[in-house]
Amino acid sequence: MTGRLRYVAIAIALALLATLPMWVGNSYYINIASQILLFAVFALALNVLVGYAGLVSLGHAGLFAIAGYSGALMLQAGYGHLVADSTAMAITLVASALFAALALRSTGIGFLMITLALGQIVWGVAYRWASLTNGDNGVNVSTRPAPFGLSLASAPSFYFATLVVFLLAMASMAVFVRSPFGASLRGTRDQARRMNALGYNVWLIRFLAIVFSGFWTGVAGLLFIYYNQFISPQVSALTASAEVLLMVISGGTATLFGPVAGAAIVVIMKNVVSAYIERWNLVLGVIFVVIISFMPEGLVPGTVRLVRWGWRRLRSKAGASAARPNERTTERSSERPSEERVP
Amino acid sequence: MTALSVTSLCKHFGGLRVTTNVNLAVAPGERRLIIGPNGAGKTTLFNLITGEIAPDSGSIRLFEQDITRVSVHRRPHLGMARTYQIITLFASDTILRNVTLALLGLSPLRWSLLRDLDHQYELVERARAALARVGLAGIADRPLSQTSYGERRRVEIAMALAQDPKVLLLDEPFAGLSIDERRDVRQLLNAIPREVTVVMIEHNMDVALDWAERITLLHFGEVIVEGTRAEVVANPRTREVYLGH
Repeated sequence: MTGRLRYVAIAIALALLATLPMWVGNSYYINIASQILLFAVFALALNVLVGYAGLVSLGHAGLFAIAGYSGALMLQAGYGHLVADSTAMAITLVASALFAALALRSTGIGFLMITLALGQIVWGVAYRWASLTNGDNGVNVSTRPAPFGLSLASAPSFYFATLVVFLLAMASMAVFVRSPFGASLRGTRDQARRMNALGYNVWLIRFLAIVFSGFWTGVAGLLFIYYNQFISPQVSALTASAEVLLMVISGGTATLFGPVAGAAIVVIMKNVVSAYIERWNLVLGVIFVVIISFMPEGLVPGTVRLVRWGWRRLRSKAGASAARPNERTTERSSERPSEERVP
Repeated sequence: MTALSVTSLCKHFGGLRVTTNVNLAVAPGERRLIIGPNGAGKTTLFNLITGEIAPDSGSIRLFEQDITRVSVHRRPHLGMARTYQIITLFASDTILRNVTLALLGLSPLRWSLLRDLDHQYELVERARAALARVGLAGIADRPLSQTSYGERRRVEIAMALAQDPKVLLLDEPFAGLSIDERRDVRQLLNAIPREVTVVMIEHNMDVALDWAERITLLHFGEVIVEGTRAEVVANPRTREVYLGH
Protein backbone atom coordinates (compact mmCIF):
# COMPACT_ATOMS: atom_id res chain seq x y z
CA MET A 1 0.00 0.00 0.00
CA THR A 2 1.36 3.37 -0.88
CA GLY A 3 1.40 6.08 1.75
CA ARG A 4 -1.83 7.89 0.99
CA LEU A 5 -3.86 4.76 0.31
CA ARG A 6 -2.70 3.45 3.64
CA TYR A 7 -3.91 6.50 5.50
CA VAL A 8 -7.25 6.34 3.75
CA ALA A 9 -7.61 2.67 4.67
CA ILE A 10 -6.72 3.41 8.30
CA ALA A 11 -9.21 6.30 8.41
CA ILE A 12 -11.98 4.09 7.01
CA ALA A 13 -11.14 1.32 9.48
CA LEU A 14 -11.21 3.81 12.37
CA ALA A 15 -14.56 5.20 11.25
CA LEU A 16 -16.00 1.69 10.97
CA LEU A 17 -14.68 0.73 14.40
CA ALA A 18 -15.96 3.90 16.02
CA THR A 19 -19.47 3.44 14.62
CA LEU A 20 -19.62 -0.34 14.93
CA PRO A 21 -22.34 -0.53 17.63
CA MET A 22 -24.60 1.60 15.43
CA TRP A 23 -24.44 -0.53 12.33
CA VAL A 24 -24.15 -3.87 14.12
CA GLY A 25 -26.98 -3.20 16.51
CA ASN A 26 -27.28 -6.65 18.04
CA SER A 27 -25.43 -6.70 21.37
CA TYR A 28 -24.32 -10.29 20.79
CA TYR A 29 -22.23 -9.18 17.82
CA ILE A 30 -21.03 -6.06 19.62
CA ASN A 31 -19.73 -8.36 22.34
CA ILE A 32 -17.94 -10.43 19.75
CA ALA A 33 -16.30 -7.27 18.45
CA SER A 34 -15.17 -6.49 22.02
CA GLN A 35 -13.74 -9.98 22.26
CA ILE A 36 -11.87 -9.58 18.99
CA LEU A 37 -10.35 -6.32 20.21
CA LEU A 38 -9.28 -7.68 23.57
CA PHE A 39 -7.72 -10.76 22.03
CA ALA A 40 -6.09 -8.49 19.46
CA VAL A 41 -4.38 -6.68 22.36
CA PHE A 42 -3.21 -10.08 23.64
CA ALA A 43 -1.97 -11.11 20.18
CA LEU A 44 -0.20 -7.77 19.69
CA ALA A 45 1.58 -8.35 22.98
CA LEU A 46 2.70 -11.82 21.97
CA ASN A 47 3.77 -10.51 18.56
CA VAL A 48 6.41 -8.38 20.28
CA LEU A 49 8.13 -11.62 21.20
CA VAL A 50 7.22 -13.92 18.32
CA GLY A 51 7.54 -11.33 15.56
CA TYR A 52 10.09 -8.78 16.67
CA ALA A 53 12.21 -10.68 19.18
CA GLY A 54 12.09 -14.07 17.46
CA LEU A 55 11.22 -15.68 20.79
CA VAL A 56 8.24 -18.04 20.57
CA SER A 57 6.41 -18.23 23.88
CA LEU A 58 3.88 -20.95 24.67
CA GLY A 59 3.25 -19.65 28.16
CA HIS A 60 1.60 -16.34 27.52
CA ALA A 61 -1.80 -17.57 28.66
CA GLY A 62 -0.08 -17.97 32.03
CA LEU A 63 0.69 -14.24 32.18
CA PHE A 64 -2.78 -13.43 30.87
CA ALA A 65 -4.28 -15.56 33.64
CA ILE A 66 -2.01 -14.09 36.33
CA ALA A 67 -3.37 -10.64 35.48
CA GLY A 68 -6.93 -11.94 35.31
CA TYR A 69 -6.80 -13.90 38.54
CA SER A 70 -4.97 -11.15 40.47
CA GLY A 71 -7.58 -8.63 39.39
CA ALA A 72 -10.54 -10.93 40.01
CA LEU A 73 -9.33 -12.04 43.45
CA MET A 74 -8.57 -8.48 44.53
CA LEU A 75 -12.05 -7.39 43.43
CA GLN A 76 -13.59 -10.34 45.23
CA ALA A 77 -11.67 -9.36 48.37
CA GLY A 78 -13.45 -6.02 48.19
CA TYR A 79 -10.80 -3.71 46.75
CA GLY A 80 -11.78 -0.98 44.32
CA HIS A 81 -11.15 -1.28 40.58
CA LEU A 82 -8.21 1.10 40.52
CA VAL A 83 -6.37 -0.68 43.34
CA ALA A 84 -7.23 -4.13 42.01
CA ASP A 85 -6.18 -3.32 38.46
CA SER A 86 -2.95 -1.58 39.33
CA THR A 87 -1.97 -4.34 41.75
CA ALA A 88 -2.81 -6.93 39.10
CA MET A 89 -0.62 -5.07 36.59
CA ALA A 90 2.24 -4.86 39.09
CA ILE A 91 1.98 -8.59 39.81
CA THR A 92 1.90 -9.34 36.08
CA LEU A 93 4.99 -7.23 35.43
CA VAL A 94 6.87 -9.01 38.22
CA ALA A 95 5.70 -12.36 36.86
CA SER A 96 6.83 -11.34 33.35
CA ALA A 97 10.25 -10.41 34.71
CA LEU A 98 10.44 -13.78 36.45
CA PHE A 99 9.32 -15.59 33.29
CA ALA A 100 11.94 -13.64 31.36
CA ALA A 101 14.76 -14.37 33.80
CA LEU A 102 14.03 -18.09 33.64
CA ALA A 103 13.16 -18.46 29.96
CA LEU A 104 16.08 -16.35 28.72
CA ARG A 105 18.47 -19.01 29.91
CA SER A 106 17.79 -20.21 26.39
CA THR A 107 16.42 -19.19 22.99
CA GLY A 108 14.60 -21.09 20.24
CA ILE A 109 13.09 -24.43 21.25
CA GLY A 110 14.56 -24.11 24.75
CA PHE A 111 12.76 -20.81 25.26
CA LEU A 112 9.54 -22.35 23.98
CA MET A 113 9.79 -25.29 26.36
CA ILE A 114 10.57 -23.17 29.42
CA THR A 115 7.67 -20.81 28.72
CA LEU A 116 5.42 -23.82 28.16
CA ALA A 117 6.45 -25.21 31.55
CA LEU A 118 5.90 -21.84 33.26
CA GLY A 119 2.46 -21.55 31.70
CA GLN A 120 1.60 -25.03 32.92
CA ILE A 121 2.70 -24.08 36.45
CA VAL A 122 0.24 -21.18 36.38
CA TRP A 123 -2.45 -23.52 35.10
CA GLY A 124 -1.61 -26.01 37.89
CA VAL A 125 -1.89 -23.30 40.53
CA ALA A 126 -5.20 -22.04 39.09
CA TYR A 127 -6.60 -25.53 38.92
CA ARG A 128 -5.32 -27.15 42.13
CA TRP A 129 -4.76 -24.34 44.62
CA ALA A 130 -8.48 -24.23 45.27
CA SER A 131 -8.26 -22.30 48.55
CA LEU A 132 -6.78 -19.38 46.62
CA THR A 133 -8.25 -19.65 43.14
CA ASN A 134 -11.46 -21.58 43.83
CA GLY A 135 -10.12 -24.30 41.48
CA ASP A 136 -12.30 -25.44 38.63
CA ASN A 137 -15.21 -23.29 39.80
CA GLY A 138 -13.33 -20.14 38.92
CA VAL A 139 -13.74 -16.63 40.25
CA ASN A 140 -16.64 -14.30 39.55
CA VAL A 141 -16.21 -10.63 38.85
CA SER A 142 -19.44 -8.97 39.89
CA THR A 143 -18.96 -5.43 38.55
CA ARG A 144 -17.34 -3.62 35.68
CA PRO A 145 -15.50 -0.39 36.44
CA ALA A 146 -16.99 3.00 35.62
CA PRO A 147 -14.08 5.16 34.48
CA PHE A 148 -14.86 8.90 34.73
CA GLY A 149 -18.33 7.95 35.88
CA LEU A 150 -19.16 6.16 32.63
CA SER A 151 -20.77 2.81 33.25
CA LEU A 152 -19.41 -0.05 31.17
CA ALA A 153 -22.27 -2.38 31.94
CA SER A 154 -23.84 -2.32 28.47
CA ALA A 155 -22.33 -4.03 25.44
CA PRO A 156 -21.73 -0.82 23.41
CA SER A 157 -20.12 1.05 26.32
CA PHE A 158 -17.81 -1.86 27.06
CA TYR A 159 -16.99 -2.07 23.36
CA PHE A 160 -15.93 1.59 23.29
CA ALA A 161 -13.75 1.14 26.38
CA THR A 162 -12.10 -1.88 24.78
CA LEU A 163 -11.65 0.05 21.54
CA VAL A 164 -9.83 2.84 23.38
CA VAL A 165 -7.47 0.34 25.04
CA PHE A 166 -6.98 -1.45 21.74
CA LEU A 167 -6.09 1.80 19.95
CA LEU A 168 -3.64 2.66 22.71
CA ALA A 169 -2.04 -0.78 22.30
CA MET A 170 -1.84 -0.29 18.52
CA ALA A 171 -0.30 3.14 18.95
CA SER A 172 2.25 1.86 21.44
CA MET A 173 3.18 -0.94 19.02
CA ALA A 174 3.52 1.50 16.12
CA VAL A 175 5.81 3.72 18.20
CA PHE A 176 7.75 0.73 19.50
CA VAL A 177 8.36 -0.68 16.01
CA ARG A 178 9.85 2.57 14.75
CA SER A 179 11.87 3.28 17.86
CA PRO A 180 15.58 2.64 18.24
CA PHE A 181 14.70 0.05 20.88
CA GLY A 182 12.44 -1.72 18.38
CA ALA A 183 15.25 -1.75 15.84
CA SER A 184 17.59 -3.13 18.50
CA LEU A 185 15.13 -5.89 19.32
CA ARG A 186 14.77 -6.88 15.66
CA GLY A 187 18.56 -6.88 15.45
CA THR A 188 18.76 -9.37 18.30
CA ARG A 189 16.29 -11.54 16.41
CA ASP A 190 18.29 -11.48 13.18
CA GLN A 191 21.89 -11.47 14.42
CA ALA A 192 22.13 -11.84 18.17
CA ARG A 193 25.85 -12.46 18.10
CA ARG A 194 26.59 -9.43 16.00
CA MET A 195 24.38 -7.25 18.20
CA ASN A 196 26.42 -8.24 21.24
CA ALA A 197 29.62 -7.44 19.38
CA LEU A 198 28.18 -4.05 18.38
CA GLY A 199 27.69 -3.09 22.02
CA TYR A 200 24.06 -4.07 22.59
CA ASN A 201 23.17 -5.92 25.76
CA VAL A 202 21.17 -8.60 23.98
CA TRP A 203 19.98 -10.27 27.16
CA LEU A 204 18.66 -7.04 28.64
CA ILE A 205 16.97 -6.03 25.37
CA ARG A 206 15.12 -9.36 25.28
CA PHE A 207 14.28 -9.09 28.97
CA LEU A 208 12.73 -5.65 28.52
CA ALA A 209 10.83 -6.86 25.46
CA ILE A 210 9.29 -9.68 27.50
CA VAL A 211 8.26 -7.22 30.22
CA PHE A 212 6.77 -4.90 27.56
CA SER A 213 4.89 -7.85 26.10
CA GLY A 214 3.84 -8.85 29.61
CA PHE A 215 2.40 -5.39 30.20
CA TRP A 216 -0.04 -5.60 27.28
CA THR A 217 -0.76 -9.25 28.05
CA GLY A 218 -1.78 -8.10 31.52
CA VAL A 219 -3.99 -5.36 30.11
CA ALA A 220 -5.67 -7.94 27.87
CA GLY A 221 -6.13 -10.24 30.86
CA LEU A 222 -7.90 -7.50 32.81
CA LEU A 223 -10.09 -6.63 29.82
CA PHE A 224 -10.95 -10.29 29.63
CA ILE A 225 -12.18 -10.59 33.23
CA TYR A 226 -14.26 -7.45 32.85
CA TYR A 227 -15.70 -8.69 29.58
CA ASN A 228 -16.39 -12.21 30.80
CA GLN A 229 -16.99 -11.29 34.46
CA PHE A 230 -15.58 -14.69 35.28
CA ILE A 231 -12.22 -16.44 35.13
CA SER A 232 -11.44 -20.14 35.33
CA PRO A 233 -8.27 -22.27 34.91
CA GLN A 234 -9.19 -22.89 31.28
CA VAL A 235 -7.89 -19.39 30.50
CA SER A 236 -4.36 -20.41 31.49
CA ALA A 237 -4.37 -23.75 29.68
CA LEU A 238 -1.85 -24.65 27.00
CA THR A 239 -4.59 -24.51 24.37
CA ALA A 240 -5.13 -20.84 25.24
CA SER A 241 -1.42 -20.12 24.70
CA ALA A 242 -1.50 -22.04 21.44
CA GLU A 243 -4.60 -20.16 20.31
CA VAL A 244 -3.05 -16.73 20.72
CA LEU A 245 0.13 -17.98 19.04
CA LEU A 246 -2.02 -19.11 16.10
CA MET A 247 -3.59 -15.65 15.95
CA VAL A 248 -0.14 -14.10 15.59
CA ILE A 249 1.21 -16.61 13.09
CA SER A 250 -1.89 -16.83 10.90
CA GLY A 251 -2.33 -13.05 10.78
CA GLY A 252 1.32 -12.37 10.10
CA THR A 253 4.20 -12.10 12.55
CA ALA A 254 6.17 -8.86 12.82
CA THR A 255 3.32 -6.82 11.33
CA LEU A 256 1.06 -4.34 13.08
CA PHE A 257 -2.22 -5.58 11.64
CA GLY A 258 -1.48 -9.29 11.38
CA PRO A 259 -2.24 -10.16 15.02
CA VAL A 260 -5.48 -8.17 14.80
CA ALA A 261 -6.62 -10.11 11.74
CA GLY A 262 -5.58 -13.36 13.42
CA ALA A 263 -7.56 -12.49 16.54
CA ALA A 264 -10.60 -11.72 14.40
CA ILE A 265 -10.44 -15.07 12.61
CA VAL A 266 -10.07 -17.14 15.75
CA VAL A 267 -12.73 -15.28 17.74
CA ILE A 268 -15.23 -15.37 14.87
CA MET A 269 -14.62 -19.07 14.33
CA LYS A 270 -15.05 -19.80 18.02
CA ASN A 271 -18.21 -17.79 18.48
CA VAL A 272 -20.02 -17.45 15.19
CA VAL A 273 -19.11 -20.51 13.18
CA SER A 274 -19.45 -22.77 16.22
CA ALA A 275 -23.14 -21.84 16.31
CA TYR A 276 -23.65 -23.44 12.89
CA ILE A 277 -21.00 -26.13 12.72
CA GLU A 278 -20.35 -28.29 15.71
CA ARG A 279 -16.84 -29.19 14.58
CA TRP A 280 -15.74 -25.57 14.25
CA ASN A 281 -12.21 -26.58 15.28
CA LEU A 282 -12.01 -28.51 12.04
CA VAL A 283 -13.00 -25.42 10.05
CA LEU A 284 -10.43 -23.37 11.94
CA GLY A 285 -7.81 -26.00 11.20
CA VAL A 286 -8.63 -25.98 7.49
CA ILE A 287 -8.42 -22.19 7.41
CA PHE A 288 -5.00 -22.29 9.02
CA VAL A 289 -3.77 -24.92 6.59
CA VAL A 290 -4.99 -22.78 3.70
CA ILE A 291 -3.30 -19.67 5.11
CA ILE A 292 -0.02 -21.45 5.73
CA SER A 293 -0.11 -23.07 2.27
CA PHE A 294 -0.84 -19.97 0.25
CA MET A 295 0.42 -17.23 2.53
CA PRO A 296 3.20 -18.66 4.66
CA GLU A 297 4.03 -15.14 5.80
CA GLY A 298 0.53 -14.76 7.27
CA LEU A 299 -2.82 -13.40 6.19
CA VAL A 300 -2.08 -9.66 6.21
CA PRO A 301 1.32 -9.62 4.45
CA GLY A 302 0.07 -12.41 2.16
CA THR A 303 -2.99 -10.45 1.11
CA VAL A 304 -0.88 -7.35 0.53
CA ARG A 305 1.39 -9.44 -1.68
CA LEU A 306 -1.49 -10.92 -3.68
CA VAL A 307 -3.24 -7.57 -4.12
CA ARG A 308 -0.01 -6.01 -5.29
CA TRP A 309 0.58 -8.87 -7.68
CA GLY A 310 -2.95 -8.51 -9.10
CA TRP A 311 -2.56 -4.74 -9.35
CA ARG A 312 0.68 -5.15 -11.23
CA ARG A 313 -0.81 -7.61 -13.67
CA LEU A 314 -3.73 -5.30 -14.25
CA ARG A 315 -1.40 -2.39 -14.82
CA SER A 316 0.93 -4.24 -17.17
CA LYS A 317 -2.06 -5.25 -19.28
CA ALA A 318 -3.36 -1.69 -19.38
CA GLY A 319 0.18 -0.51 -19.99
CA ALA A 320 0.66 -2.90 -22.91
CA SER A 321 -2.43 -1.63 -24.70
CA ALA A 322 -1.75 2.03 -24.03
CA ALA A 323 2.03 1.64 -24.28
CA ARG A 324 2.69 4.02 -21.45
CA PRO A 325 6.24 5.23 -21.49
CA ASN A 326 6.72 5.39 -17.72
CA GLU A 327 5.61 1.81 -17.21
CA ARG A 328 8.93 0.63 -15.90
CA THR A 329 9.24 3.21 -13.21
CA THR A 330 5.70 2.75 -11.92
CA GLU A 331 6.22 -0.96 -11.77
CA ARG A 332 9.40 -0.46 -9.82
CA SER A 333 7.77 1.68 -7.22
CA SER A 334 4.94 -0.75 -6.71
CA GLU A 335 7.52 -3.47 -6.11
CA ARG A 336 8.80 -1.80 -3.02
CA PRO A 337 8.71 -4.07 0.01
CA SER A 338 5.58 -3.88 2.11
CA GLU A 339 5.65 -0.85 4.31
CA GLU A 340 3.71 -2.53 6.97
CA ARG A 341 5.86 -5.56 7.49
CA VAL A 342 8.95 -4.49 9.37
CA PRO A 343 11.48 -7.17 8.67
CA MET B 1 51.92 1.08 26.50
CA THR B 2 50.22 -1.54 24.36
CA ALA B 3 46.91 -1.18 22.59
CA LEU B 4 46.08 -4.82 23.00
CA SER B 5 47.92 -7.34 25.06
CA VAL B 6 47.18 -10.96 25.65
CA THR B 7 49.02 -12.83 28.39
CA SER B 8 49.31 -16.60 28.82
CA LEU B 9 45.90 -17.15 27.27
CA CYS B 10 44.65 -20.73 27.31
CA LYS B 11 41.47 -22.35 26.07
CA HIS B 12 40.56 -25.95 25.44
CA PHE B 13 37.40 -27.55 24.15
CA GLY B 14 37.35 -30.94 25.86
CA GLY B 15 40.66 -32.56 25.02
CA LEU B 16 41.38 -30.16 22.17
CA ARG B 17 43.72 -27.34 23.13
CA VAL B 18 42.75 -24.53 20.77
CA THR B 19 44.72 -21.78 22.46
CA THR B 20 47.87 -22.67 24.33
CA ASN B 21 49.70 -20.06 26.34
CA VAL B 22 49.32 -17.33 23.74
CA ASN B 23 51.09 -14.02 24.35
CA LEU B 24 50.49 -11.03 22.14
CA ALA B 25 51.47 -7.40 22.50
CA VAL B 26 50.18 -5.02 19.85
CA ALA B 27 51.42 -1.42 19.95
CA PRO B 28 49.07 1.51 19.36
CA GLY B 29 48.63 2.13 15.65
CA GLU B 30 50.29 -1.12 14.69
CA ARG B 31 49.16 -3.28 11.76
CA ARG B 32 49.39 -6.83 12.99
CA LEU B 33 48.75 -9.88 10.91
CA ILE B 34 47.93 -13.21 12.50
CA ILE B 35 48.46 -16.07 10.12
CA GLY B 36 48.22 -19.81 10.40
CA PRO B 37 46.79 -22.77 8.55
CA ASN B 38 43.14 -23.79 8.93
CA GLY B 39 42.40 -24.87 12.47
CA ALA B 40 45.32 -22.98 13.97
CA GLY B 41 42.97 -21.26 16.42
CA LYS B 42 42.94 -17.81 14.84
CA THR B 43 39.23 -17.16 15.04
CA THR B 44 39.10 -18.68 18.53
CA LEU B 45 41.76 -16.19 19.56
CA PHE B 46 39.54 -13.37 18.24
CA ASN B 47 36.53 -14.81 20.05
CA LEU B 48 38.56 -14.86 23.25
CA ILE B 49 39.72 -11.28 22.74
CA THR B 50 36.18 -10.03 22.06
CA GLY B 51 34.79 -12.08 24.94
CA GLU B 52 32.48 -14.36 22.97
CA ILE B 53 34.36 -17.24 24.57
CA ALA B 54 35.71 -17.11 28.12
CA PRO B 55 39.35 -18.19 28.47
CA ASP B 56 40.36 -20.98 30.86
CA SER B 57 43.28 -18.88 32.06
CA GLY B 58 45.32 -15.86 31.11
CA SER B 59 44.36 -12.24 30.69
CA ILE B 60 43.46 -9.71 28.01
CA ARG B 61 44.22 -6.02 28.29
CA LEU B 62 42.97 -3.13 26.21
CA PHE B 63 45.17 -0.07 26.70
CA GLU B 64 46.43 -1.51 30.01
CA GLN B 65 42.88 -2.04 31.26
CA ASP B 66 42.15 -5.64 32.17
CA ILE B 67 39.08 -6.68 30.17
CA THR B 68 39.30 -10.44 30.68
CA ARG B 69 36.05 -10.48 32.66
CA VAL B 70 34.31 -7.62 30.85
CA SER B 71 31.18 -8.82 29.00
CA VAL B 72 31.08 -8.96 25.20
CA HIS B 73 28.69 -6.06 24.80
CA ARG B 74 30.76 -3.73 27.01
CA ARG B 75 33.94 -4.16 24.98
CA PRO B 76 32.79 -2.14 21.96
CA HIS B 77 32.15 0.74 24.36
CA LEU B 78 35.80 0.50 25.40
CA GLY B 79 36.95 0.87 21.81
CA MET B 80 37.04 -2.63 20.38
CA ALA B 81 35.35 -3.57 17.12
CA ARG B 82 35.44 -6.70 15.02
CA THR B 83 34.34 -8.14 11.72
CA TYR B 84 33.38 -11.71 11.02
CA GLN B 85 34.90 -14.23 8.67
CA ILE B 86 31.42 -15.50 7.86
CA ILE B 87 29.46 -12.39 6.88
CA THR B 88 27.14 -11.52 9.76
CA LEU B 89 24.85 -8.73 8.61
CA PHE B 90 21.17 -7.83 8.82
CA ALA B 91 20.03 -9.31 5.54
CA SER B 92 16.54 -7.82 5.39
CA ASP B 93 17.69 -4.25 6.06
CA THR B 94 19.36 -1.68 3.85
CA ILE B 95 23.10 -1.07 3.93
CA LEU B 96 22.42 2.25 5.64
CA ARG B 97 20.34 0.59 8.36
CA ASN B 98 23.11 -1.93 8.97
CA VAL B 99 25.62 0.83 9.60
CA THR B 100 23.09 2.88 11.59
CA LEU B 101 22.65 -0.11 13.88
CA ALA B 102 26.40 -0.19 14.40
CA LEU B 103 26.37 3.45 15.46
CA LEU B 104 23.25 3.00 17.58
CA GLY B 105 25.01 0.23 19.51
CA LEU B 106 27.32 2.78 21.12
CA SER B 107 24.65 5.43 21.62
CA PRO B 108 22.42 5.71 24.70
CA LEU B 109 19.61 6.27 22.19
CA ARG B 110 19.46 2.52 21.68
CA TRP B 111 17.21 2.21 24.75
CA SER B 112 14.77 4.86 23.53
CA LEU B 113 11.24 3.67 23.03
CA LEU B 114 9.63 6.96 22.13
CA ARG B 115 11.75 8.32 19.30
CA ASP B 116 11.61 7.38 15.64
CA LEU B 117 14.91 5.88 14.52
CA ASP B 118 14.47 7.22 10.99
CA HIS B 119 14.32 10.72 12.45
CA GLN B 120 17.64 10.44 14.26
CA TYR B 121 19.20 12.44 11.46
CA GLU B 122 22.52 12.96 13.19
CA LEU B 123 22.97 9.21 13.56
CA VAL B 124 21.85 8.49 10.02
CA GLU B 125 24.15 11.19 8.63
CA ARG B 126 27.08 9.68 10.48
CA ALA B 127 26.16 6.31 9.01
CA ARG B 128 26.15 7.85 5.52
CA ALA B 129 29.53 9.41 6.18
CA ALA B 130 30.90 6.05 7.30
CA LEU B 131 29.61 4.50 4.09
CA ALA B 132 31.16 7.28 2.03
CA ARG B 133 34.53 6.42 3.56
CA VAL B 134 34.30 2.89 2.20
CA GLY B 135 32.93 3.98 -1.16
CA LEU B 136 29.43 2.64 -0.63
CA ALA B 137 27.58 5.96 -0.32
CA GLY B 138 26.00 5.48 -3.75
CA ILE B 139 24.20 2.29 -2.76
CA ALA B 140 23.50 3.14 0.88
CA ASP B 141 19.75 2.73 0.50
CA ARG B 142 19.92 -0.59 -1.26
CA PRO B 143 18.63 -3.62 0.66
CA LEU B 144 21.48 -5.85 1.67
CA SER B 145 19.88 -8.75 -0.21
CA GLN B 146 20.58 -6.89 -3.47
CA THR B 147 24.29 -6.40 -2.90
CA SER B 148 27.26 -8.42 -4.07
CA TYR B 149 29.45 -10.49 -1.82
CA GLY B 150 32.29 -8.02 -2.20
CA GLU B 151 30.03 -5.13 -1.18
CA ARG B 152 28.91 -7.06 1.88
CA ARG B 153 32.51 -7.55 2.89
CA ARG B 154 32.94 -3.81 2.78
CA VAL B 155 29.74 -3.27 4.76
CA GLU B 156 31.19 -5.60 7.41
CA ILE B 157 34.24 -3.39 7.65
CA ALA B 158 32.21 -0.17 7.42
CA MET B 159 30.12 -1.24 10.42
CA ALA B 160 33.22 -1.82 12.51
CA LEU B 161 34.87 1.40 11.33
CA ALA B 162 31.74 3.44 11.93
CA GLN B 163 32.13 2.74 15.63
CA ASP B 164 35.44 4.63 15.63
CA PRO B 165 37.27 1.82 17.35
CA LYS B 166 40.70 2.12 18.92
CA VAL B 167 41.39 -1.52 18.20
CA LEU B 168 39.93 -3.12 15.09
CA LEU B 169 39.91 -6.90 14.69
CA LEU B 170 39.44 -8.11 11.12
CA ASP B 171 38.67 -11.78 10.62
CA GLU B 172 39.73 -12.74 7.08
CA PRO B 173 38.43 -9.63 5.33
CA PHE B 174 39.66 -10.97 1.98
CA ALA B 175 37.94 -14.35 2.22
CA GLY B 176 36.13 -15.30 -0.97
CA LEU B 177 36.87 -12.07 -2.83
CA SER B 178 37.90 -11.68 -6.46
CA ILE B 179 41.13 -9.87 -7.32
CA ASP B 180 39.27 -6.62 -8.03
CA GLU B 181 37.31 -6.82 -4.83
CA ARG B 182 40.48 -7.54 -2.89
CA ARG B 183 41.97 -4.37 -4.29
CA ASP B 184 38.92 -2.41 -3.09
CA VAL B 185 39.14 -3.85 0.40
CA ARG B 186 42.86 -3.26 0.39
CA GLN B 187 42.37 0.43 -0.41
CA LEU B 188 39.81 0.61 2.34
CA LEU B 189 42.26 -0.87 4.85
CA ASN B 190 45.02 1.48 3.73
CA ALA B 191 42.73 4.42 4.41
CA ILE B 192 42.16 3.46 8.05
CA PRO B 193 43.67 6.25 10.14
CA ARG B 194 46.85 5.58 12.06
CA GLU B 195 45.21 6.08 15.46
CA VAL B 196 43.42 2.80 14.92
CA THR B 197 45.29 -0.35 15.83
CA VAL B 198 44.42 -3.12 13.42
CA VAL B 199 44.79 -6.84 13.97
CA MET B 200 43.96 -9.01 10.98
CA ILE B 201 43.55 -12.73 10.62
CA GLU B 202 44.35 -14.25 7.27
CA HIS B 203 45.18 -17.76 6.34
CA ASN B 204 46.27 -16.94 2.86
CA MET B 205 49.66 -15.41 3.51
CA ASP B 206 50.38 -13.49 0.32
CA VAL B 207 47.11 -11.54 0.42
CA ALA B 208 48.06 -9.30 3.29
CA LEU B 209 51.76 -9.83 3.69
CA ASP B 210 52.81 -6.39 2.51
CA TRP B 211 50.10 -4.76 4.62
CA ALA B 212 51.43 -6.10 7.91
CA GLU B 213 54.10 -4.53 10.04
CA ARG B 214 54.42 -7.42 12.41
CA ILE B 215 53.26 -10.96 11.89
CA THR B 216 52.30 -13.64 14.38
CA LEU B 217 52.19 -17.23 13.19
CA LEU B 218 49.80 -19.53 15.00
CA HIS B 219 49.88 -23.29 14.71
CA PHE B 220 47.74 -25.69 16.76
CA GLY B 221 46.88 -22.86 19.12
CA GLU B 222 50.46 -21.84 19.81
CA VAL B 223 52.50 -18.87 18.72
CA ILE B 224 55.27 -20.41 16.64
CA VAL B 225 56.96 -17.33 15.20
CA GLU B 226 56.55 -13.64 15.75
CA GLY B 227 58.41 -10.72 14.30
CA THR B 228 58.61 -8.25 11.46
CA ARG B 229 57.47 -9.27 8.02
CA ALA B 230 61.03 -10.08 6.89
CA GLU B 231 61.83 -12.03 10.03
CA VAL B 232 58.76 -14.20 9.83
CA VAL B 233 59.11 -14.90 6.13
CA ALA B 234 62.78 -15.80 6.57
CA ASN B 235 62.15 -18.04 9.54
CA PRO B 236 62.56 -21.72 8.59
CA ARG B 237 59.68 -22.70 10.91
CA THR B 238 57.30 -20.54 8.89
CA ARG B 239 58.18 -22.48 5.80
CA GLU B 240 57.93 -25.74 7.64
CA VAL B 241 54.62 -25.13 9.40
CA TYR B 242 52.85 -22.76 7.14
CA LEU B 243 54.11 -22.97 3.62
CA GLY B 244 54.31 -26.71 3.92
CA HIS B 245 57.75 -27.25 2.45
